[in-house]
Amino acid sequence: MLGRLGFDSLPFYSAVAFSGASVTVLGGLVVFLLVTYFGKWRYFWNEWLTSLDHKRIGIMYIALALVMLVRGFVDALMMRSQQAIALNNDGYLAPEHFDQVFSSHGTIMIFFMAMPFLTGLINIVVPQQLGARDVAFPFMNSISLWLTASGAALVMVSLVIGKFSTAGWTGYPPYSGAEYSPGVGVDYWIWALLVSGVGSTMTGINFVVTIIKCRAPKMRLMQMPLFTWTTLCTSLLMSFAFPALTVVAAMLGLDRILGFHFFTNDAGGNMMNYANLIWIWGHPEVYILILPAFGVFSEVTATFSQKRLFGYRSLVYATAVITILSFTVWLHHFFTMGSSPNVNAVFGIATMIIAVPTGVKIFDWVFTMYKGRIIFHPAMLFTIGFLITFVLGGVSGVLLAIPPADFLMHNSTFLVAHFHNVLIPGAVFGYFAGFQYWFPKATGFTLDRAWGVRTFWFWIIGFYLAFMPLYALGFMGMSRRMERYEMAEWQPFLILAAVGALSVLIGIFCQGMQLYVSIRDREKNKDITGDPYNARTLEWQTSSPPAEYNFAKVPDVQDIDAFWDMKQRGVAYAPAQDYEDIHLPRNTGIGVFLGGLGFLIGFAVTWYIWWLVALGFLGVLACLITRSSQDHTYEIIPAAEIEAHEKARIKALEAHKPTPGDFWS
Amino acid sequence: MHPQSHSAKRLITGFILALALTLIPFAIVWTMAFPVELTFGIIALCALVQVGVHLHYFLGIDSRTPIENVLAICFAGVLIFLMVGGTLWIMFDLYERMM
Repeated sequence: MLGRLGFDSLPFYSAVAFSGASVTVLGGLVVFLLVTYFGKWRYFWNEWLTSLDHKRIGIMYIALALVMLVRGFVDALMMRSQQAIALNNDGYLAPEHFDQVFSSHGTIMIFFMAMPFLTGLINIVVPQQLGARDVAFPFMNSISLWLTASGAALVMVSLVIGKFSTAGWTGYPPYSGAEYSPGVGVDYWIWALLVSGVGSTMTGINFVVTIIKCRAPKMRLMQMPLFTWTTLCTSLLMSFAFPALTVVAAMLGLDRILGFHFFTNDAGGNMMNYANLIWIWGHPEVYILILPAFGVFSEVTATFSQKRLFGYRSLVYATAVITILSFTVWLHHFFTMGSSPNVNAVFGIATMIIAVPTGVKIFDWVFTMYKGRIIFHPAMLFTIGFLITFVLGGVSGVLLAIPPADFLMHNSTFLVAHFHNVLIPGAVFGYFAGFQYWFPKATGFTLDRAWGVRTFWFWIIGFYLAFMPLYALGFMGMSRRMERYEMAEWQPFLILAAVGALSVLIGIFCQGMQLYVSIRDREKNKDITGDPYNARTLEWQTSSPPAEYNFAKVPDVQDIDAFWDMKQRGVAYAPAQDYEDIHLPRNTGIGVFLGGLGFLIGFAVTWYIWWLVALGFLGVLACLITRSSQDHTYEIIPAAEIEAHEKARIKALEAHKPTPGDFWS
Repeated sequence: MHPQSHSAKRLITGFILALALTLIPFAIVWTMAFPVELTFGIIALCALVQVGVHLHYFLGIDSRTPIENVLAICFAGVLIFLMVGGTLWIMFDLYERMM
């Protein structure tokens, strides 16, 4: 009846696992009780969970990302503390538990921290930058969100019921096959990826169509803001790369459950094809994570240098070149597989070439800052921190692109240091910069500056302390993923790295404080103008937070910095003569149900509860039929209501008399 | 999109062709009627034709398709060439070194 599920699936076998499970359950319980106590369930359901408004979906994505950031970071702290003490002893984590910790750390940080964070930023900002009122497919957007959330829920539930994968975040067979990993861990991992991967593919398709089809009529492609350009390229990568992940995860699932032989040792299987297929997705994925951050840096640099972006065209072309080249380098993740020198050389050279457009971008940002009046907003601090730190990570990457050098460094902590050195500044700092930058747009009040500055310093100092020792350890011969070691000379470096992790912990605490302080003082920090930084792109023309329809009138775009140009011409806040009715998608709970069913199916397959799987798929079918037979999926906001709302805003603006750049000077 | 692209006749023709192109590979694997290499060749050929059938009959791609859509398909073609071609190259290279 319940498949493999039984009483022994609960974590009573180890104190550490039990406390992890307790924290998860208690955390969920506290949130549940708080919402019930304040009687907010109806509000959350009507205004948030069922919302098809791209701005609210974006905020929910980022909330998910922040929760998962904390979870993934706890994993990191556990690894750092284990390695700091595990010289000639077992430390406090059993080997199998340590393996679960590094597998879930990678899985969570890539799929359930970085992906939702960038998707959230894209959702909040891109339609506004385009002068659009919503994304092309608002309902599909809601499904994407809830599939991502249910993937995250599958990883979280593995803390409480059963165990997570021990096969690392890439789950290489044959170890991840049924023969060597018979438990439920790898199945949790496969289904978390399958469910959320479908969501990411749909996000990609959604934003390609939104950007191509929903721009303000006069906006040419070469007038789109850079964040929109990087989103377009990221969305293309998502649409084409994520299917490869879905296929390879499904193939591994077939191997495990139905006894197929795609990647087994016997019966004609070939495990190296798994490495090949997962990195066909995996390398574009790196650029899926980094390109939106590059977009954020472009917006932030131009705004806080108070200058037009240097080399707009070169930035666009560099982004496009990276998009194509990112599909030509995947073999560098498995140089040591044993390909012939020709194959390794081709992919090695392609890897070095991809550094060129990235270098072009670095110079563009530096030249944008040159002779600008730089405002050191926390978003700008993260950008400058990125510029310096990312170059180091890029250089160690070019070193690893040389196959003979890679043979020495493969699977060492040098590699761990390298990819954290590109992904933390290149992706995470970008998302944090975007968070600091667009927070007032999403919520209507600005973030506290002092706590933002503290966040930055603790994060960047923590980053250097945590990862520079790993470069050295890699040269000293330390492999990644070791839960104990015998080399006494490694320990000082590992203790230093643990101190770095503590500094990042303080950084995350500062982020929490920044949110707390800013919400407490929200009346004082209200963003009345909707343009707190005297910024340049269209999202700053709307009110903060924007009206449900974003723009009462479709903006008249005449320049790359469309909003800046309107301010120069004095037409940015000009009242319109005639308002029209606006059609907006009506809220629907079907996205939430589909997400829930995705979770149910994943959970049921993991535990072999086959009747529940069938029930889940029937539920999906029912949801799709219900949705396709609904007639009134849109509602109309009458012109009179829009006119009243817009007039009130213009009045508030006149009372406030915005002076350019008064916020930070 | 022009109206006849969604006509029932077109969709049904496409469906029958797609079904046939799916059943042929199953049939030849089931019966093992041909040598292995030829079987692989036929499966690959059926897959390619299948792509064409989907594009033409279901997505309505023909000579009147706007140039942007053709460009998008070409872009997809380049990426698929990179992924499939790269995989074949990498895996056959490995195969030869392992033999």
